[in-house]
Amino acid sequence: MSKPADLVQGTLDMLILKILALEPLNGWAISQRLKQISSDVLGVSDGSLYPALHKLEHRGWIRAHWKSSENNRRAKFYSLTPLGSKQLEKETANWNRVSAAISGIVQLKEA
Amino acid sequence: MDIEQWLHSLPPRLRSFFHPNQVDQEMKEELREHLEQQIRENIAQGMSPERARYSAMRSLGWITQIEQQCRDARGGSVLRDFPQDLHYGFRQLRRSPGFSALAILCLTLGIGANAAVFSWLEGILFRPYPLVAHQERLFAVAGTVPGKRIDLLSWPDFHDLRRNCTLCEDSFVSTIAGSTLNIGDHAEVTTGSIVSANYFDTLGVHPTLGRGFEAGEDAGNDAHPIVVISYQMWRNRFRSDREIIGKAQRLNNVPHTIIGVAPEGFYGTFVGRAIQFWVPVSMQETFGSGGYKLEDRGARWIESYVRLKPGVSRAQVQQQISAIAARLQTSYPATNRGRSIGLWALWQTPFNHAGELLPSFEVMVAVVAFVLLIACANVGNLLLVRSFVRRHEMSVRLAIGASRGRLLKQLLTEGLILSALGTAGGFLMAYWCRQLVTMLLSVGSGTAMYLPGAIDGRVMAMSAGICLVVTLIIGLVPALQTRHLDVAGPLKTESGGVVGVRSRGWIRSGLVIFQVCLSFILLVGAALLLESLYRIRTTSPGFSTTRVAVTGVSLVVSGYDVPRAKTFQNELIDRLSRLPGIESAAFAAVTPLGYAGYSSSPIAVDGYQPSPNEQPEVEYNQVGPRYLATLGIPLLSGREFARSDDENTPPVVIVNRTMVARYWGGQDPLGRRLWVKGRWARVVGVVADSKYESMGETPKPFFYVPLRQDFVREPDLNIRTTQSLQSTLAAVLREVHALDQNLALYETITLQEQVNRATSPQLVAVTLVSTLGGLALLLAAVGLYGVMSYSVAQSTRELGLRMALGADAANLLQLVISRGLRLTAGGIVFGAVAALALTRLLGHLLYNVSPHDPVVFGLALAVMTTTATFACLMPAWRASRTNPARVLRD
Repeated sequence: MSKPADLVQGTLDMLILKILALEPLNGWAISQRLKQISSDVLGVSDGSLYPALHKLEHRGWIRAHWKSSENNRRAKFYSLTPLGSKQLEKETANWNRVSAAISGIVQLKEA
Repeated sequence: MDIEQWLHSLPPRLRSFFHPNQVDQEMKEELREHLEQQIRENIAQGMSPERARYSAMRSLGWITQIEQQCRDARGGSVLRDFPQDLHYGFRQLRRSPGFSALAILCLTLGIGANAAVFSWLEGILFRPYPLVAHQERLFAVAGTVPGKRIDLLSWPDFHDLRRNCTLCEDSFVSTIAGSTLNIGDHAEVTTGSIVSANYFDTLGVHPTLGRGFEAGEDAGNDAHPIVVISYQMWRNRFRSDREIIGKAQRLNNVPHTIIGVAPEGFYGTFVGRAIQFWVPVSMQETFGSGGYKLEDRGARWIESYVRLKPGVSRAQVQQQISAIAARLQTSYPATNRGRSIGLWALWQTPFNHAGELLPSFEVMVAVVAFVLLIACANVGNLLLVRSFVRRHEMSVRLAIGASRGRLLKQLLTEGLILSALGTAGGFLMAYWCRQLVTMLLSVGSGTAMYLPGAIDGRVMAMSAGICLVVTLIIGLVPALQTRHLDVAGPLKTESGGVVGVRSRGWIRSGLVIFQVCLSFILLVGAALLLESLYRIRTTSPGFSTTRVAVTGVSLVVSGYDVPRAKTFQNELIDRLSRLPGIESAAFAAVTPLGYAGYSSSPIAVDGYQPSPNEQPEVEYNQVGPRYLATLGIPLLSGREFARSDDENTPPVVIVNRTMVARYWGGQDPLGRRLWVKGRWARVVGVVADSKYESMGETPKPFFYVPLRQDFVREPDLNIRTTQSLQSTLAAVLREVHALDQNLALYETITLQEQVNRATSPQLVAVTLVSTLGGLALLLAAVGLYGVMSYSVAQSTRELGLRMALGADAANLLQLVISRGLRLTAGGIVFGAVAALALTRLLGHLLYNVSPHDPVVFGLALAVMTTTATFACLMPAWRASRTNPARVLRD
């Protein structure tokens, strides 16, 4: 009921970091972006997004600041910290290595 | 987490710590904002406002839970959660007072035992001498002879050391001495110290009344009969008489002028004893045996200490002292060949009880650690049982959004409450027990002991540490169990069948096995010590103990010179020998196992070639005719001393068997020569070995010389009698007074009493270890009882079914007991293996008992099994009374 069972542990973190690497966003915008890019395949519920954001903030990978959104409402915007971009590089490299290995195996023709 | 990341995460952490409410507010606002934005978006897509709100809330999920998850993700919520957990924990404890009381009692016993033992140990290690200034720079000084044997110093040696040790601030003498103290018409034994004149000044201890000693008062032979008495003695014996200074007090029947009263709380400088009086070194002959020793470099009786100058290391001082000892060797080869001088930390002092008590304390530290572990296992078990009862509550908390971390925190908080209360109780217990060792030792040894246990900062710190460890242990055990919880749990009904089913009972069974294992080890240890004490008290020390009385006659004080003393001694022996009921009587300079030390002498033997650095030196005793017969020491060959062995006849000696083996290669030495005390003496007899200084000692070379050929004026009188101690005492007193009305007798005791006093440290070890072993056994029995009761309560359905299927009460009784005994057997197997390895640590405390003694192991097995059976009986009986009809209906 909290995290989607088929989302590889840590992948959500990487996705959030990647999205925030492009531009600072508030929580709602991040959730929209997540649905957009992953075409709802990953099925990240909004409920699991916020604990993840708070965790990342606490690790010092993202930073939060309040500012006014388009229609003049106060919203909490998240942006990537230098430490966060380093972490993103690390996780992306790791992801590429693992997914390359896995797709290599999956594409093996049955003998 | 690396440092960089930790630094980066610091600001948000600090913020959540210091402004938890603001952070919480912002989080709520953020979620509300999300919701509203989603609603606007939904409306923009054409939903009705109600539907838009419903859909948004659906997609976000349950806000309360998300909030809690965010809080958990931030961590650092200790400040907010802790008071809540604490409050909740106390409520839980109040709800089941029986459980709480039992758990706290277990922890109190476990932690209290640890705190008490640590407080005693710490007393010896860190603050052995109350009121003494700069103890950290005090070191004990003693001589060493090749072969690592430790010996004392002589007064001239000490003087040279004091004069030449420039790195020492000062050095002083404090040799323990026993004395009879005459109050009115009765005498009692008391313990004092023979000290150098600088004693009180060096220690920085100032008498509350009168003065300490002054320079020069430690010179001369019996020249300064003055005494400083302890505060205790002043209060108890002299009723705090403020006019006491200048009055006379008889010590060893010599009138001493009381010149001072030591301050309250000063117990002298002898670990393990409360010193009652201090006399200057010049009074040595009154309090020691073997005559006047202040000018004799070969007479070693000085127990001394040095205080290092500030900033000087022990190694530097040791180097300088070794150099001084080397110079003494060259200057005085006759007495000092091969001798060096060493420094010891106070807690390793070779000449007081520190060295002899520490091994017992080491064992005790291990024992109380075991007791603590058993107590923890017990409480863990209780908590585990309760966590089954509480699994409904836990599951509900999980379901309404508590994280497992949060549950863990709650369980740890409850553990903390229990262990904190247990620690508080433990402090009380340690406080009540602080004088326990002192009391036990005093009763055993017949003298005032002082072993302070105090609840100070170190004890508190140690107990706080224990408290934390205990919290972790007892908090984590039930937490292990919550791993199995799932949210659907509370909806399913529990079907209990614990007697047969092993799945979740393994932790509890494991804990019981663990407890039985530890208690078994303690039982074996206690039984070994008991067996050892029994043997030490029943094994023959090499002389008879029951029918021999020892006393002394006050000749020195009554002004007897040597010729008069000789005549008196002969006449008294003659008179006593004629009395009915007295088989024989003999004088001897030293009584075996007493606190007066033997004299020793360098020896030489024809045909024995000592190694280059060896200076053979053997202890001896000066004894009168018929001494061996009186004490019952078997004469192996040759003859006893006779009255004709006196100053007018050639010197003779009697040697013991070990001495024959070492110096004559086991050949019969009768008629051979022995160089002793500067002249040749002829060996006239060989005796069996016996115990000389302690019951635990290994056989050592020893010889006897005739009292008349090495005279002391005031030897002990040994009497072999068939009468009671009282009538013997009366008879001896009558005969003494028939010779001289002015004479008095010293304390009269049997040799058995002497043996008992000498073995009191073993008695204390046995008492404490058996008490703690009994405690451990009780705790283990409670644990076993708890587990079996719970099993039976949980498996009433199964038991009822079995009964319905034809099992009778006896079958069920057997079923439950056999399961209990299976657990016990498991524990005993592990315990026996561990005990085989661990009991070796008792080695030095054991006397004539193998650490693997099969009888002891068998005994421990029997006790453990019996206790376990009794612990299972009650639950088994309850099981056998199961009513099948009712159980199946329910």
